[in-house]
This record gives sequence, C-alpha cells and structure tokens, in this order.
Amino acid sequence: MWIRRRQPGDSAGIRPSEITSESTYLNRRTLLQAALAAGVTGLGAAHDANAAVTPLKFTRNDQLSTREPQNSYEDITTYNNFYEFGIDKSAPAANSGRFRAEPWTVTIAGEAEQTGKFALEDLLKSQPLEERVYRLRCVEAWSMVIPWVGVPLANVLKKFKPTSKAKYVAFKTVLRPQEMPGQRYDVLEWPYVEGLRIDEAMNPLALLAVGLYGKTLPNQNGAPLRLVTPWKYGFKGIKSIVEIRFTEKQPPTSWNISAPHEYGFYANVNPQVDHPRWSQARERRIGAGLFNSRVPTQMFNGYEKEVADLYRGMDLAKNY
Amino acid sequence: MPSTRAVRRYIKPAVFLLCSLPLCLLVLRAFGIAGSLGANPVEFVQDTLGQWGLRLLIVTLAVTPLRDWFGASWLVQLRRMLGLFAFSYILLHFLTWMILDQGLYWPGILPDIARRPFITIGFAALLLLIPLAITSTNGMMRRLGKRWKTLHRVIYVIVPLGVWHYWWQVKADIREPLVYATIVAVLLGWRVWKRNGRKKAQRPQG
Repeated sequence: MWIRRRQPGDSAGIRPSEITSESTYLNRRTLLQAALAAGVTGLGAAHDANAAVTPLKFTRNDQLSTREPQNSYEDITTYNNFYEFGIDKSAPAANSGRFRAEPWTVTIAGEAEQTGKFALEDLLKSQPLEERVYRLRCVEAWSMVIPWVGVPLANVLKKFKPTSKAKYVAFKTVLRPQEMPGQRYDVLEWPYVEGLRIDEAMNPLALLAVGLYGKTLPNQNGAPLRLVTPWKYGFKGIKSIVEIRFTEKQPPTSWNISAPHEYGFYANVNPQVDHPRWSQARERRIGAGLFNSRVPTQMFNGYEKEVADLYRGMDLAKNY
Repeated sequence: MPSTRAVRRYIKPAVFLLCSLPLCLLVLRAFGIAGSLGANPVEFVQDTLGQWGLRLLIVTLAVTPLRDWFGASWLVQLRRMLGLFAFSYILLHFLTWMILDQGLYWPGILPDIARRPFITIGFAALLLLIPLAITSTNGMMRRLGKRWKTLHRVIYVIVPLGVWHYWWQVKADIREPLVYATIVAVLLGWRVWKRNGRKKAQRPQG
C-alpha cells in the first residue's frame, strides 16, 4: 500500500530516514563550494540565466541551523510567492528576469539617531555573513528548509541607534511596475509593507538575508535584501527591501490590509490557531514527492525556545 | 449539421479524447514525461483535477443554451459524456485531497468537511453529483420518466456551488473564479429568461 499512515513517533514530523547525516551534508557543502570555487554557477544554474547570482563568503551558524534535509535549490527558486512578479508560485522565477537588483539603496528613517540613504554595501559593511538553515512555513500550509545567508537584523538596526520612541520597525518593498509585472495589477496594495515589534526585530533569529545556498539571492527570492523571520508565516519575510523605518505606532502590513480577519500583524506560526478557511495544524514539506502526506506543524515553527518569551501573557488567538 | 452517425463515429470519440487529455497529461507528468508535477505535486494534481472538473461542469451547463443560440441540437448527444467526465474529475479531485493531501488522516478530514465552509460547499456539490451520475444511463432515464428531468435540474445548484468553492479558496486574485461566475450567471440567466418568455407567451393577450 502506497499510502503512508501516520506512525507513532511521527509527532516531530521527521522520519529518521529523512535526516541527512552531518557527514553527508558537509560533503555536499564541500562539493558545492568546490563547484563555486571552480567558477561553475552551481545547481540550478539554468534557472538563473538572467539573475546574476554570485558566490558569497560566509560562516555557518550551526547553533541556529536545523539539521533537517534542505530543499533543493530548484524547489526554493521555482516555487514561492512573490506577488510583485505574479500570483502563481512559478511566476516569480518566470517573470523576474528584467528586475535589476544592482545598484541598491536602502532608506533608514524614523525614530533613530542616524537616518538617511545608504548603499547596500555600506549598510552591510563590517557585518560578517552567516549561513543559517531555517525552516520556512508558508501560511498556505506548505514548508521548506532553506539555507539562507545574511546578517542578524539586530546588528544592522543597532548601528542607527533607534531612540526610545522606536517601538516598531516598518519595512517597504521597492515599487517598480516596469520591472515587476505583478505590481500592475492591484491584487494587493503596492508597495508591499511589513513590520515587526522592535523586540521581535532584535531577536537573534531575525535575519536580513542577502543570499541562499551560498550565493546572492536570485531575483525571485527577494534580491538583493529580504527579511527572514522563521517563527512567523512566510509572508512576513518581506522581499527586495528599500526602506526600514523605526516607528512609535504599529505599522500597517500588506496582507493585514488585504484581509484583516485572515492575516494579523503577528502572523506567528501556530498549529492551534487556524486560518479562517483552512487548518494550520499540519503542513506539507515540499520536495518529498506525490506520496508524502502532511506532518504536524510545530508551535512557532519549532522556534519556541528562542521566541516564546516575546509573547508571554499575550492571547495568541486574538493576536494572530 | 452533422448526422447522428457522424456525431457517434467522429465527434464523440474526439470529445472523449479531448476530455481525457488533462488527465493523461497528469499521468505522463507523474512519470516525468512532458514536464513534471513541480515542487508541490499533490497541490498541482489536486488543483488541475478540480479546475477541469469545474470547467467541464460549466461546459455541460452550456450545452442547452448553445443549442438554443445556434440551433445545434446535435450538441445534446454529447451532454452525458461531458457530465460524466466532469463528475470523474471532481471525484478524483476529492480523492486526491483525501488520500494524497490528507493521507487518510480522519482527524483532519472530518472536521475540515464539517467546519471549513469552502470544503463543506465542495463536498456538498460532490454528493449532489452522485445521484446524477448514477441516473445517467438510458435505463434510468426510462425508469424515472418525467422525474429524471426534475432530478437533473439539481445541476443548477451544483455548478454555482462549485464556483463558490473555488472562489472561496483563492487567496487574493479572484480573476479566474470571476470569469467562471460570469459565464455561469449567463448560462443560468438565459434559462430564467427563456422560461419567463415562455410563460408570457402562454398568457392570453388583452
């Protein structure tokens, strides 16, 4: 029988056979790095014909990385939501070829001692890049494991010395309908905006990513700079960021504007709080084929230890 | 206008092949021929089957108006096959959800059917289709006589339920369900208009 029934011990959602041994993983990395060093663009090169991804120098943060098997570069770069390039999951890869991620300027604004416009290189100057393998849980109940490369968001924010009035951090995506065909149709209000409470933004897990699989981000994954908050649903991970603003009041967020009863400001992964139209109790891990059924979703996407303190005393069913 | 023989010998087999095409393509893709099922194969199979089920339901509903508009009475000979294809796609869509998506996990399936309105609606539409599929044979048509037509008018409820089911599960982009809703509104509106016209014509003048 090809239907896999849930087994006792499945609760963690990982079968022993699915776990890649560390030596295998390290071997894979060595191979990949060797390929990169040799000037080969690496896996999935065919999909980045127009996206100039280049290898990055980084050290891996083992402590904050999951050992679960990673999704393939192809899955990560051809199946994702980035409505600026269209609504289908294949649209970002298909329609982002004209997008220019270089040069890139980020505006830092609001309640901070230092504000202004900064070239991306200056923003990240003297910040060592880390690789972190995070789970990503989409609000649509699918998930992936992705090796991001980036810098802790807190390190970048602290440089600008936010004042005591800085209670929230607001992010904005670039608005370029010429290069982003999805922005010509107002399925959402453009530009895309997102936000975090300042203590969420300062949590060590929050990452400003500039790369994945050891290379710069391809356009479809939010080049050149995106947010990664692995304990929250994927839509909080705003892409192609051009503005970071410290605010006193809770900033508006795109999906919350679009459907406030379905998408809240917090959007923490929570198997006990369902989306009004579908269950969030279980998720499908992408990449395991036609016959892998869903696995249980973990509280805060498995990052409870790191983030639960942020929400102590809060009613998470109300603050969804 | 094609003869009954031509419909039976050429047109019907051709329509049969056309209707099977989406399913054949799925099977080929599952084996890596003619493309693949993508990163999320379960979702792809489920969506494709549901989409074609709904499209074929709408095509079935279009048979009578098209006959009236173009005087193409031969179209009616295709209606049963179209309807049964629609039913098959929708049944496969449901089974894909139950077996591949949910993995026969009843604590997930049953509450979803009971509590998630868009699933409840879709499930109701499937249940309503079953008696229509069962009574689609010539023998059943004879046996039920006039009641057959009354029973099969349930399709006027089923198709809007199908569109609603689709509309309710999209996240933000309602363009495609809107297209279906418009077509269904025209197809059903035409029937209402026709019936009212007939009633008026029957009323004595003056």
